[in-house]
Amino acid sequence: MIRLANKHNWLGGLITCAILMTPIVKADEESEKEGLRIATERKNSDRGWDNSLADMSMILRNAQGQESERRLRVKTLEVQEDGDKALTIFDSPRDVSGTAFLSFSHSKEPDEQWIYLPALKRVKRIASQNKSGPFMGSEFAFEDMTSFEVDKFTYDFLREDTYQGDDVYVITQIPQDDFSGYSKQIVWIDKEHYRVRKVEFFDRKGDLLKTLEFEDYTLFDDKFWRPLKSFMYNVQTQKSTELITHELEFGVGLEDSDFDENSLRRAR
Amino acid sequence: MKTVYEEQDKTVIKTILVSAGFLLVSFSARAEVDIGGQAGIEARYFLQDAAYPEQQREYLSAYIEPEFYYEWNDRADSILFKPFFRIDQHDEERTHFDIRELQWLHASENWETRVGVAHVFWGQTESIHLVDIINQTDSIEAVDGEDKLGQPMVNLNVFGDWGTLSAFVLPYFRERTFAGMDGRLRPPIPIDGDNALYESDDEQSHVDYALRWRNSIGQWEVGVSFFDGTSREPELLTQFDGTGNASIRPYYAQIEQFGVDLLKVQGAWLLKFEGIYRTGQSEDFAAAVAGFERTSVGVFDTQYDLGLLMEYQYDERDDNFFATGQNDLMTGVRWVWNDIDGTEFLFGYIQDLDDFETYSGFVEASSRITDSWRWKIDAYFFSSDDETDTFYFLRRDDHIQLSLEHFF
Repeated sequence: MIRLANKHNWLGGLITCAILMTPIVKADEESEKEGLRIATERKNSDRGWDNSLADMSMILRNAQGQESERRLRVKTLEVQEDGDKALTIFDSPRDVSGTAFLSFSHSKEPDEQWIYLPALKRVKRIASQNKSGPFMGSEFAFEDMTSFEVDKFTYDFLREDTYQGDDVYVITQIPQDDFSGYSKQIVWIDKEHYRVRKVEFFDRKGDLLKTLEFEDYTLFDDKFWRPLKSFMYNVQTQKSTELITHELEFGVGLEDSDFDENSLRRAR
Repeated sequence: MKTVYEEQDKTVIKTILVSAGFLLVSFSARAEVDIGGQAGIEARYFLQDAAYPEQQREYLSAYIEPEFYYEWNDRADSILFKPFFRIDQHDEERTHFDIRELQWLHASENWETRVGVAHVFWGQTESIHLVDIINQTDSIEAVDGEDKLGQPMVNLNVFGDWGTLSAFVLPYFRERTFAGMDGRLRPPIPIDGDNALYESDDEQSHVDYALRWRNSIGQWEVGVSFFDGTSREPELLTQFDGTGNASIRPYYAQIEQFGVDLLKVQGAWLLKFEGIYRTGQSEDFAAAVAGFERTSVGVFDTQYDLGLLMEYQYDERDDNFFATGQNDLMTGVRWVWNDIDGTEFLFGYIQDLDDFETYSGFVEASSRITDSWRWKIDAYFFSSDDETDTFYFLRRDDHIQLSLEHFF
């Protein structure tokens, strides 16, 4: 325990140093405008995909190295001028097989979420204000699983940099929702395709909480970039979750009626 | 082996099984049947000596619930078959077989039909399910009443922006299950569930109807329902034969029941309400339950979720064996660990506000051992000094139940 605590302090110290050493750039109108421009371009460069179906694995690891795989399928529907709709169906572990999660993200209003419990044949509404809670025991919070919408944050441009050899913008985004679990996020976005490469999440106290890295970006339908791997690491607990896309298909004919309570009950 | 079924049940089940077998064989031939399910063993230990002579302290049992699923027509059609069987060490009534589901589902753009044996849930509250009426309770399975017997039905659901309208024709009635002579959790004389009395001359063949509309409107979930047919909840009649021996028989009246269920999302709060009005039994009555669930995530700087539940139960009836929530308050705590093993605890306590000595409590805990095994501990406690209260009969039936469940 002592060793762990020390390690943690050491890490905390390092982070504090890192924060102190970062040149303090005062947010001005210019840098806020540039931050917003980058975020808007990020959203615009990923429009028109309409709907998709993904076959994924979520690999959960705790600090002791215990590992567990969850298989899931995710159906997504793009909603113009608002947040997207998503239906996630769990295939494993077997005791949660058939459990399905439906979410409507909204850019300004609270999200709407339901979960279907097959053993009870029951659809339960979820209080979406609890968005900072873990998604199915993973390091991804519910709010990390919802779609990116420009209106959800305010922005500030920090600097230009390079990330894995590519030129990137580094911007800060501050959640507008009081119930977000984050005080801010720092986002690395590449200049060429406006793809998010890395995110740092800071908790409500302002300490670094998690890092998220996107890897194996692949171009689908000649238009849409998607990472085949997302790696979320919790700096404070040393737990991590890897999200792996095995298959992804766009334009699979999903529509509004595939994202309601009836389809949630039928999902399997 | 004695099952819970009467002769009529047996004929119906035989027909269903033969057709199911035929369907399975023909589908298996095409080798696309998805087979899964669960099985488990369970040990129940009662904390006090039994109140009645035939009862035991320890009960072992095992169950299996496989699931066969087949779909065709690009998933527009599917058949699901889910039989269930439990074997109990002592209670021959608890050794029972049921077809939980055997249904053909056809889904279209804005309507769907379910034909066969199915399980349908209605409602929003946690401590009591007043509105939920389609399926009979398999009350011998667990005290909480969450286990249901399969209900034969023809069901049509139509949906649109205005919500979902569901119509049900229920051609066959399922009798509630009760503990036998050797079982715990019963009155001094076991309820003779196989010798039920009916208001309708059609008995189990009476055709029941139900209608429900539900919709999600912004932060609201709204449901309105109507049921016309055989009451799922019996009244109990005590009868004496020529030699003065008493027996308790369930009596199933013809009822009409109106139900309303509501949920409102209010920030981190879920506000819940269910209310019913039922006519046709020995007295017409209203019953309602209202309360909230408030969940805090990441409590005490951990990844734990802590949910607080409170529900007030009201029932106009004074002396019905099954109406325990007449003027009662349930307080509960849901503790979710959000760990890899999916560890969860639910603690509950229900206090009768009319009688301080009448209360009950429960603990439900479970966690994964591996990806396909789960342990579960359920504990129930009952107390009452009132000799007419349901919990008085169960006052020595406090028990702890340990289950090992395997998912395949």
